[in-house]
Amino acid sequence: MTRAPALEVDRVSFRWRRKDAPVLEIERLEVGAGERLFLGGPSGSGKSTLLSLVAGVLVPGDGRVRVLGHDTRVLSGPGRDRFRADHLGVIFQMFNLLPWLPVLDNVMLPCRFSHTRRNRAEQRDGSVAAQARRLLGRLGLDAERVLARPVTELSVGQQQRVAAARALIGAPELVLADEPTSALDADRRADFVALLTEQCGETGAALLFVSHDRALAAAFDRHLELGEINRVAQEAGA
Amino acid sequence: MNLASLAWRSLWNRRGTAALVVVSIALSVVLLLGVERLRDQARTSFANTVSGVDLVVGARTGPVNLLLYSVFRLGEPTSNVSWESYRTFAEHDRVKWTVPLSLGDSHRGFPVVATNRDYFEHYRYGDRRSLKLAEGEEFDGVFDAVLGARVARELGYSVGDRIIVAHGGGEMAHTRHDDKPFFVTGILEPTGTPVDQSVHVSLEGFEAIHVDWRGGAPVPGLSISAEQARRMDLTPSGITAFLVGLESRVAVFGVQRDVNNFQDEALMAILPRLTLQQLWDLLAVGERALLAVSLLVLVVALVAMMSALLTGLNERRREMAILRALGARPWQIFALILGETLLLTVLGALLGVVVMQAVVAAAGAWLGSALGMTISAWPPSPREWWLLAAVIGGGLVAGLWPATRACLNALQDGMTVRL
Ligand SMILES: Nc1ncnc2c1ncn2[C@@H]1O[C@H](COP(=O)(O)OP(=O)(O)OP(=O)(O)O)[C@@H](O)[C@H]1O
Ligand SMILES: [Mg+2]
Repeated sequence: MTRAPALEVDRVSFRWRRKDAPVLEIERLEVGAGERLFLGGPSGSGKSTLLSLVAGVLVPGDGRVRVLGHDTRVLSGPGRDRFRADHLGVIFQMFNLLPWLPVLDNVMLPCRFSHTRRNRAEQRDGSVAAQARRLLGRLGLDAERVLARPVTELSVGQQQRVAAARALIGAPELVLADEPTSALDADRRADFVALLTEQCGETGAALLFVSHDRALAAAFDRHLELGEINRVAQEAGA
Repeated sequence: MNLASLAWRSLWNRRGTAALVVVSIALSVVLLLGVERLRDQARTSFANTVSGVDLVVGARTGPVNLLLYSVFRLGEPTSNVSWESYRTFAEHDRVKWTVPLSLGDSHRGFPVVATNRDYFEHYRYGDRRSLKLAEGEEFDGVFDAVLGARVARELGYSVGDRIIVAHGGGEMAHTRHDDKPFFVTGILEPTGTPVDQSVHVSLEGFEAIHVDWRGGAPVPGLSISAEQARRMDLTPSGITAFLVGLESRVAVFGVQRDVNNFQDEALMAILPRLTLQQLWDLLAVGERALLAVSLLVLVVALVAMMSALLTGLNERRREMAILRALGARPWQIFALILGETLLLTVLGALLGVVVMQAVVAAAGAWLGSALGMTISAWPPSPREWWLLAAVIGGGLVAGLWPATRACLNALQDGMTVRL
């Protein structure tokens, strides 16, 4: 059985305000099921905007964004929120965690919003907490020692790994990572990317990883620069 | 629900600020309910100062004035009712009983009321309750006195003590009737009415202390001892006012007309309930101002809550973006903030009610006797329920703006976590 591509972007253009020039004009972008894609691009080139379009937080003015075969414009607002909860994992640049929740609860958070992911976690590991512990372990966090500490006492690198575990819990089909390494030092960046790509491989999640740091691209299945597919940037560069 | 437990934990994380908000709402609720309760109870105990009295008769003056000195023992009576006129009405066909009152003297700031034993029989207050003696007995002899509960308590008197009556009213009364002391024969139980602050003596005794006085001053060179006075005819020439009970209440306007049209003397009769109501309306301005001030305090507390929430939103913007990324709907973000304000106001209102009950339980009796009324806090009156509902409604309204802001922020921020 061939799975639908994780992401297809077709002739999409997006402008923040009606009068503004478009930020994005993308002819075609595809991320295959389980594929791990590095998307590079300088600051302000529209990487975060693209991720918001993929997550269904924004909808394109023109064209089509299909996630797992579902057009985000066809889904209703609540439908997109629901879809995001069920099928997408998200990692931000920093401050991923809710400071007032213990580590384990932060990891389990997506399962509060999605039955689908809760069920998957329970099927795979018996319980949501068990899966959270397993993922934390895989990401190199000695679970018991980290679990005991408040989130605010973790190092930034540890926080990002907790965020990665959260993005992966309940096996979402697509993980969106918006420069999750920019707050880490060089050694840890490589470690983090290695762990993340490895775990995505293990859970079968596709990974759309955006960053301006091309040095990281080697760990991915494919490397693409936003400038190559975004006509706005090409024009600006020309 | 899941969202509710998240909301609770987020709030718990900010419990310091939250507690301050709850306390400030609670305090304003205490103030609001306290004012309302005092207002309500002042009104009832005011309306209950006298009951079962159909008419109060005195020399012609303003109705409120007559009420003030006959019932509240405040102010100076301007002129008297002659004994003959009093007897005429005491024997009126439709009149069942009368209680004569003579006022004007005082004892250490407490008004002296000269009357007869009918006072103890017919005077009613509250829910037609009659006066009861806590100690001793009603006066019998010329120089006997029966004290109101508060007089006895504040001055530490008990049965058998000797008291000197001063001429005139208030603390400033300086000329004392020290040649003719009175002896306490009884002390009344507390009533929560001006009776508690009165020193009751017999009309004869009151006449006796004034036999050697003319025009408000002792007659020089004339001194009549208590013993001599006792043997004289002590029927007073006049009294200040008298209370009237009728055979039938239907007759009240007829008798009132008879009094007002009385030829021999300019008299007037008032319906005490009606005049109490008029007097209360006079005081109602202050009462309303008090309520307005406490409402303002509530508004201040709610605005403080709103600004605390708005400031909090900036710190929580990231929290909202995370929740959105995890699949929280915009309305859930809205509900999160609104639920929080609801919780804060409900907690504030509850705490306010509890504190209010505690204050009344701890200090109600003391406060009641200090204010001369009975104070109870339970059950809340319908108006108080309305006020509580208004507090919670106000809290929700105050929450709308921050909730809308949070919702708009969340929509606008999208997936970018802004700080
Ligand atoms: N909420 C917004 N409203 C209006 N314009 C926005 C908004 N967010 C981003 N933009 C604009 O869209 C463009 C692309 O921004 P975006 O955040 O997608 O860039 P980026 O590639 O993620 O940059 P960085 O690497 O610095 O994160 C920028 O010009 C930015 O000013
Ligand atoms: Mg960005």
